[in-house]
Amino acid sequence: MNLKKLFAGIAVHAALVVVAFFATGPLLWMLSASLMPDMEATRMPPRLWPETINPAHYLRLFSQLNLLRYMGNSFILAIAVTVLSLLFNSLAGYAFAKLHFAGRTAIFRGLMAAMVIPGQVAMLPLFLMLREMGLVNTYLGVIVPGMASIFGIFLIRQYARSIPDALLDAARIDGACEWRIYWSLVLPLCRPILVTMAVFSFMGSWNDFMWPLIILTDDSLYTLPVALASLMGEHAQDVELMMAGAVITLLPVMLVFLSLQRFYIQGLILGSLKG
Amino acid sequence: MTRVSARFAWCKRRFGAGFWFALPALSLIALFFFVPVLTALALSFTDFDIYVLGDFSTLRFVGFGNYIRIMHDPLFWLALRNTFYFVLIGGSLSVVFSLAVALLVNHGLVRARGLFRTLLFLPVVTTLVAVAVVWRYLYHQRYGAFNWLLEQFGMDPIDWLGDIHWAMPAIILMAVWKNFGFNMIIFIAGLQSIPERLYEAARLDGAGSWAQFRYITLPLLFPTFLFVGVITMIGYFQLFAEPYLMTQGGPSNHTLSLGLLMFNEGFRWWNMGYASALAFVLFIIILMVTLIQAGVGKIVRTRP
Repeated sequence: MNLKKLFAGIAVHAALVVVAFFATGPLLWMLSASLMPDMEATRMPPRLWPETINPAHYLRLFSQLNLLRYMGNSFILAIAVTVLSLLFNSLAGYAFAKLHFAGRTAIFRGLMAAMVIPGQVAMLPLFLMLREMGLVNTYLGVIVPGMASIFGIFLIRQYARSIPDALLDAARIDGACEWRIYWSLVLPLCRPILVTMAVFSFMGSWNDFMWPLIILTDDSLYTLPVALASLMGEHAQDVELMMAGAVITLLPVMLVFLSLQRFYIQGLILGSLKG
Repeated sequence: MTRVSARFAWCKRRFGAGFWFALPALSLIALFFFVPVLTALALSFTDFDIYVLGDFSTLRFVGFGNYIRIMHDPLFWLALRNTFYFVLIGGSLSVVFSLAVALLVNHGLVRARGLFRTLLFLPVVTTLVAVAVVWRYLYHQRYGAFNWLLEQFGMDPIDWLGDIHWAMPAIILMAVWKNFGFNMIIFIAGLQSIPERLYEAARLDGAGSWAQFRYITLPLLFPTFLFVGVITMIGYFQLFAEPYLMTQGGPSNHTLSLGLLMFNEGFRWWNMGYASALAFVLFIIILMVTLIQAGVGKIVRTRP
């Protein structure tokens, strides 16, 4: 019996190691190829590890190819979207959970139904609208569609419903105004879900490709993914350089995920169980 | 006096703090989502093109003209076929593979479960553009890792992204790699919500591990399975960035998806009217398939 268990354990772990290699292999190869000197990554048979560590491609990306600028753009946009969407979604999510206003139930049902509409449907007219408003090729044009989201409102509402009404009423009796209740009572209580949503929206904004590609035409405003795609057009032959660019694009989201993964995974499960 | 204060209370209840708290987000969503969606519907009945972009007065109402043109557009049918290929084969593979991996990770004997879960989830949080750049080299005909592997088994190299038979499977493999961790997490949560006492009772009744899986895990996991199926399908129908970055829809349009066709028509050729009609056709397809899946779910769940 124990021997059978031992073999089963070994088999399960072997399978997991294979799948883990499948999942991380491309990323490890990317990291290793980015540190190889020119032409080493295309040599046959493929090398798994660089003979000597060579940071030249990273230096070139930052000194000649303006990557710092694109990184700055990506950071500014991702942080702006995160802060603004947290503010707007938490206000609305709290209102849908705990406050009363005209049409609350009907509006919420409408929002839930609208979740099936793919974002791509709105993109063409949104572009025309932003063009009329003079927002094409601006930072604001990139963040505008992400400043509030139905899914964000939904997540906050689910969480805020667990706040006891008695707590809010007690604050009202003590004379706190509604804004103060939201700011110093509701927000701190919702902190776990706010962190989750911050991770979601930072990563979503950082990784977004289609919308910045559409709205940004000026090279100096490009985000990292858009810049990387355009770099691919000119430097497709420089494998090691492209890999270094990919590493720099991935690194920030990877670090955010690894440091806050508990919140990310909890949010994912919360969103799926209630959805 | 009482009437005035009652009226004040009514007003406060309808247009008080809640109203003002919800207003900014709702206005943003209305202005930047609902208005564009309705505009897209209106645009799909017009001939909005690059000339209209310069001079609005040339805009004409064409009724169902765009939708009729779609039905006669061979490129649309090809894109529809490719999209369904991606959704059916790629979607099923994604769901089945993530379920298999979730069962592995959730296996009672696994040590370092958290570590495996994190490693397997990593591809989900990666930036698609960066991943596409990496995979384009992995698929390279001469020095890509996949062809090197084939060579080790004595097989001929494949022009992964340049062969009409292999380009879509190559995109599917990359999509499965990128997405399976997401569904895996949801499946793990679903598996962990099944009460352990059910398995204990089954074991007492002499059920083997296959019987436990077949009669406890599968039925109880069905709602999760359905949910994962629906969200995977909705996401996969919107395929755009993978072919845009890897193949530009090629070779000879064999990876052209509906999303990419819409993007090309709208933002490349500025045929906004036609592209909007395409967007709505895509939306209607997604809606119908979602309703069918939900219907199937209801039938299976109410079955005795």
